[in-house]
Amino acid sequence: MQVDPGTLTVPAPVPTSESAPFWRSCAEERFILQHCDSCGRWIFYPRALCPFCWSSELTWLDASGTGVVRSFSVIHKPGHPAWTAAAPYTVAVITLTEGPTMLTTLIDIAPDAVSIGMPVEIAFTPVGEFTLPFFRPQSAQKSKQEVPR
Amino acid sequence: MPPAALIGVGELTPVRNTEGATTLGLIAETARAAVEDSGLAKDEIDGLLVGPQVGETPQHVPATVAEYLGLTPRMSNVVDLGGATGPGMIWRAAAAIHAGMATAVLCVLANHRNPVVPRSPSRNPIREFDVPFGASGANTAYALLKQRHMADYGTSDEDFAMLAALERANAQLNPEAIFYGKPATTNDILASPLVASPLHLLEIVMPVAGGSAVVVASAETAERMTLKHDPALLLGAGEMVTHRAMSQAPSYTSGPLKPAMQQALEQAGVRPDSLDLLSLYDCYTVMLAITIEDAGLCAPGEFANWVRDHDLTHTGDFPLNTHGGQLGAGQADLAGGMGHVVEAVRQLRGSADGRQIPDATTALVTGNGATMSEAVALVLGAG
Repeated sequence: MQVDPGTLTVPAPVPTSESAPFWRSCAEERFILQHCDSCGRWIFYPRALCPFCWSSELTWLDASGTGVVRSFSVIHKPGHPAWTAAAPYTVAVITLTEGPTMLTTLIDIAPDAVSIGMPVEIAFTPVGEFTLPFFRPQSAQKSKQEVPR
Repeated sequence: MPPAALIGVGELTPVRNTEGATTLGLIAETARAAVEDSGLAKDEIDGLLVGPQVGETPQHVPATVAEYLGLTPRMSNVVDLGGATGPGMIWRAAAAIHAGMATAVLCVLANHRNPVVPRSPSRNPIREFDVPFGASGANTAYALLKQRHMADYGTSDEDFAMLAALERANAQLNPEAIFYGKPATTNDILASPLVASPLHLLEIVMPVAGGSAVVVASAETAERMTLKHDPALLLGAGEMVTHRAMSQAPSYTSGPLKPAMQQALEQAGVRPDSLDLLSLYDCYTVMLAITIEDAGLCAPGEFANWVRDHDLTHTGDFPLNTHGGQLGAGQADLAGGMGHVVEAVRQLRGSADGRQIPDATTALVTGNGATMSEAVALVLGAG
């Protein structure tokens, strides 16, 4: 990314009652996901019920904040003009260790060094009023130092 | 035919104020109540009718609801008839069931009453969880598909660019095409700027203004009238919706068109390799590539070899997008998809002028919406 993302004025998330806990926890640099107490699967994005079994018995739990790159694209011409100053930047879809997939901005890596299957970890990044769950390459050293919450 | 059955109902308790509830969440609660009341399992629902969601989801409403609910309907629609929407859903559900397009249709309407006016005109999951990361628009989504196809199968940039060049060549026989008189080689496609890697500008449809319409009539009407042209006949149809956002897609190398095309071909009793015209939706080169593979014309990952082994022009063994497709003719928004139907009708009734396929009797038409999310396949035959 060509600029400090903190300086960007781009479309921010508009939280709902279902997603508010996720964004509040991002602001505290904690990565949480909904977990279905009924079928045991993890869920992303946040919902009022489990998309697998329709149970409403959902609990917010700490998640690993790790995953692998499912696919990625280096954006040269952003679909929203507010991102033009940041181009080229890398958008990736991550398969989280818990199972769900999520879209993110991948930072701290040259675009030509990204590959599918690459392990990544959460990199909370201030963008406007929000702290967004960006991801970066998972460093072997870092993952050794990491202490389970 | 036997009457369709209304087998389950569900309602929410009316309240004046829903304190920040979402329309999607309320639809989910209402849907669960009705499906539980019916005794069906969630995954037995294979049809979905929803209402407009003003201020939340301007387009792709059924896909957004299906993704949220974890449903993969074979038939879905927005019914937009104001206070008549509810009953309007019921006969449409019955019509879909009688047509063999679904067996159990969820008809659901729900609304919130939130005290705070939303800040954004568009409030839905893709706006909340994709757009803030710099992933606005379809280019990013289809770039993710192409990247994954290349990684999984070893396909090359040239393989995809070749598709755009072939369609551009077909467009040279369509005076109405936006790229008529402007052929392009594979190298020209590759030389166009990267928009979202690995997608080049000329692998993406050019947006244009335009229009496209079709009149559908009963067999009795077609028989009775003195028609100006032989009609084309609908022999089979299939539909499937699996998700809304590419981040939530179940697969990056195969799409909902696969089951939709299978159903359409089965209904018509036609094999994919016996079709006279492939009129395949081609918003991006990668969409056409995956559709060729999903149609069963070749094995997954083999589209480029298949294309090199065949002649896709109107005089070839597998005529494909003889009007140039949308990559050659331009994409007139939603009318661009209808253009694939119009070209099939022209070929089947023998009015395709300088690009007429000799003795065309069957055509496969595909439509694709959102991010390889919404799929419709038709098999049309000469009347």
